[in-house]
Amino acid sequence: MSVLKSLATVWLSGCTGCHMSLLDCDETLLALPGKARIVYSPLADIKVFPENVDITLVEGAVATDADAALLHRVRKHTETLVAFGDCAVSGNITAMRNGLPNTAVLSRGYGAVGLEMGTVPEDGIPVLNETVLPVHRLVDVDVFLPSCPPSPAMICYVLDELLAGRTPQLNREQMRHG
Amino acid sequence: MHEIRTLSIDGQMISASADATILEAAREHGISIPTLCHLDGLSDVGACRLCLVEIEGQNRLQPACVTRVEEHMVVRTTSARLKKYRRMLLELLFSEGNHVCAVCVANRNCELQNLAADAGMDHVRFDYLHPACTTDATHDRFVLDHNRCILCARCVRVCDEIEAASTLAVAGRGSQSWIVSDLQDSWGDARSCTSCGKCLLVCPTGSLFEKGHTSTDPERKEDFLRYIVNANRRKG
Repeated sequence: MSVLKSLATVWLSGCTGCHMSLLDCDETLLALPGKARIVYSPLADIKVFPENVDITLVEGAVATDADAALLHRVRKHTETLVAFGDCAVSGNITAMRNGLPNTAVLSRGYGAVGLEMGTVPEDGIPVLNETVLPVHRLVDVDVFLPSCPPSPAMICYVLDELLAGRTPQLNREQMRHG
Repeated sequence: MHEIRTLSIDGQMISASADATILEAAREHGISIPTLCHLDGLSDVGACRLCLVEIEGQNRLQPACVTRVEEHMVVRTTSARLKKYRRMLLELLFSEGNHVCAVCVANRNCELQNLAADAGMDHVRFDYLHPACTTDATHDRFVLDHNRCILCARCVRVCDEIEAASTLAVAGRGSQSWIVSDLQDSWGDARSCTSCGKCLLVCPTGSLFEKGHTSTDPERKEDFLRYIVNANRRKG
């Protein structure tokens, strides 16, 4: 039996900036394999979110049916779920489309990359939800880590505390959105 | 000679002029009370409710900015109840507007953002309303972004009380209220506007800003209003 805690990171609808910030953790990241097993991540080639995960960092807001399905699976199999960054915590930039019809969002998105209007693919892409929601509107969240993105120092602090079995206590600066 | 009142704030015995508010008396003695719509030099309206305090013998919380000191008053500025309400107020402000700090011109230079951090607001428990707001960029130099407006009416008061132009006003009711210029004209068509820019300097959020302004610009000068008010007093 392994004494190492299992760690997962998940990418819902966000810009992946929070994961970039995680990669900026430098030496802390190098030391991570001695402290935790990484069992799922967009940065690792693992297809299915596993069971019995100790800690999961969830980046991004819930914007599609695929996001919601993955999030519910994550919650079911995770002990400590961290809302990782502003999109997960508040919806942030991802939620700025709320109030606009999905058709308008899709034609703008697909039109803007040079495709003809009306050529929005019907298969193979997740279905946009009408309203983008923060993670805690769908499932219980254990730790909120705001900021866009959270600094490497904040991520390291939270990971260190969680891996040591403690609850992170964010200070005023770490609490700031944006 | 001023009449003097003696009262207690957070257990500290304090003397204050009879016409002083609880907020003035507290701040004069180094006791901080969070505020958002209040600004030294402008009249007080008690709009934001962040400065609510407990007064012994009263069930209702009172806004410190518009409540006068009284003899033998016993005031508490911090308690579990006040902390709870202050955080709730900030969450309601965040959920009622479109406050996307990451892409706001006032990011890291915003009184709302700072107060939320002070209050330990790591997330908002209410549903975000995502109201459909417009942005008025018709003025040559200035922008009014209703997405970020919390209706503190500092801009309305500085326009009226300091610049005496009265261009800006609050129109509508309740959650449908919004800041308008002249008779709901586009700001660029508001003939009474002197383009003095004082409204930009008093805005606590990123609702009013100068074209070309980005969040990387230096902090706004918070003491400018006191400077103007003092200069006017000396002249008078």
